[in-house]
Amino acid sequence: MPLDRNGIARRAAQELEDGFYVNLGIGMPTLVANHVPENMTVWLQSENGLLGMGPFPTEDQVDPDLINAGKQTVTAVQGASYFSSADSFAMIRGGHINLAILGAMEISQEGDIANWMIPGKLVKGMGGAMDLVAGTRRVVVMMDHCNKKGQPKLIPACTLPLTGVRCIDMIITDLCVLEMNREKRRFELTELAPDVTVEEVLEKTTAEILVEREPASIPA
Amino acid sequence: MSDKVFTTPKEALQGLAQDGMTVAVGGFGLCGIPEQLIIALRDSGVTNLTAVSNNAGVDDWGLGLLLQSRQIKRMVSSYVGENAEFERQFISGELELEFTPQGTLAERMRAGGSGIPGFYTRTGVGTIVAEGKPHMDFDGSTFVMERGIVADISLVKAWKADPSGNLVFRRTARNFNPLVAMCGQMTIAEVEEIVPLGALDPDQVHTPGIFVDRIVMTESEKRIEQRTVNNPS
Repeated sequence: MPLDRNGIARRAAQELEDGFYVNLGIGMPTLVANHVPENMTVWLQSENGLLGMGPFPTEDQVDPDLINAGKQTVTAVQGASYFSSADSFAMIRGGHINLAILGAMEISQEGDIANWMIPGKLVKGMGGAMDLVAGTRRVVVMMDHCNKKGQPKLIPACTLPLTGVRCIDMIITDLCVLEMNREKRRFELTELAPDVTVEEVLEKTTAEILVEREPASIPA
Repeated sequence: MSDKVFTTPKEALQGLAQDGMTVAVGGFGLCGIPEQLIIALRDSGVTNLTAVSNNAGVDDWGLGLLLQSRQIKRMVSSYVGENAEFERQFISGELELEFTPQGTLAERMRAGGSGIPGFYTRTGVGTIVAEGKPHMDFDGSTFVMERGIVADISLVKAWKADPSGNLVFRRTARNFNPLVAMCGQMTIAEVEEIVPLGALDPDQVHTPGIFVDRIVMTESEKRIEQRTVNNPS
């Protein structure tokens, strides 16, 4: 049985470590915040200028001057700080952020990512995504294994405009977990969702991937 | 001391707005935008503007107002997803757009304001934003050169100012504003409160007054783009 969005987020949360500075992308990655283990302190960075992002505000806490990178009203935790966009991206580009968890439209077998533009269609922009994939120490992608048309998203080479080149360290999908093997420049299948087989993953992946040992199973 | 304080946004823009100029604008989404100065710029009737701003406002607020009235010819931004009119003008070819990664945009303004004409970054290497730009290898990695930005005028929003132009921002409304203030040949700040000289602790000033030429106090609407609340269950 494939993982649902919360299942993917729960698995992604296992990549957190106590004291980590983490940037969560807009959309599905924000769910990871709900799965931070108790007794663990994780500092969420929002690239518009907040380190120590808290939950959404109650009605009487809503402040138009306090939003996250998705432009949603948020709160700040005790010990938080505010800063300019230049300082914010010094944290990101300077390698000070331990982990970024992002969504993706396509990932290539060498770890390139495309997640910002569909030519001729939707013009939104890359926002901070190119900075995050280029500068963060470790980049984890959370995504459905196939797109809405059922086509694989882990493919030999990206067809959409790239966000970054050879920058993805791990992919967590509804079917499996894949980790980049830097020496072989290919993703290695390391974990499977409950009742998902290696064959099913291979069938839904056009990228060349490594299956070197029996994948572990992701707890349901 | 020369007087930096003006009474209305219109007066604060007097003699500065010119067709074809480059205007840098602070804010992230609708948070911390110089909303009343944008309205005054629209009302000045200037056209063919190049606007440097992380976002493009929404259809009826922020820079969206200048798009509606077709006063912007070119935009330098990182993300414009919330503006349908922007998308329409861009797809139909009426509006030129230079997409710049968000961190690169912040650094381009910081550099421009610091007398640095260009710098190298890893961001964007191997993507369309690096096409045609000089590259250089440092310590075994490839970097792309990006240019500093200097604007003819800069419009910023701050929480408090004193008459010497020192600015204090509030929470995440700071965002691009300090960098925008630095890169303007003429910088105008829209503020919620002007406090007497000496009332700001020099240790707490975010943007020193040397970067600010004119100040105007306004009533801000502070619209919220995505009001999200936690309902206690």
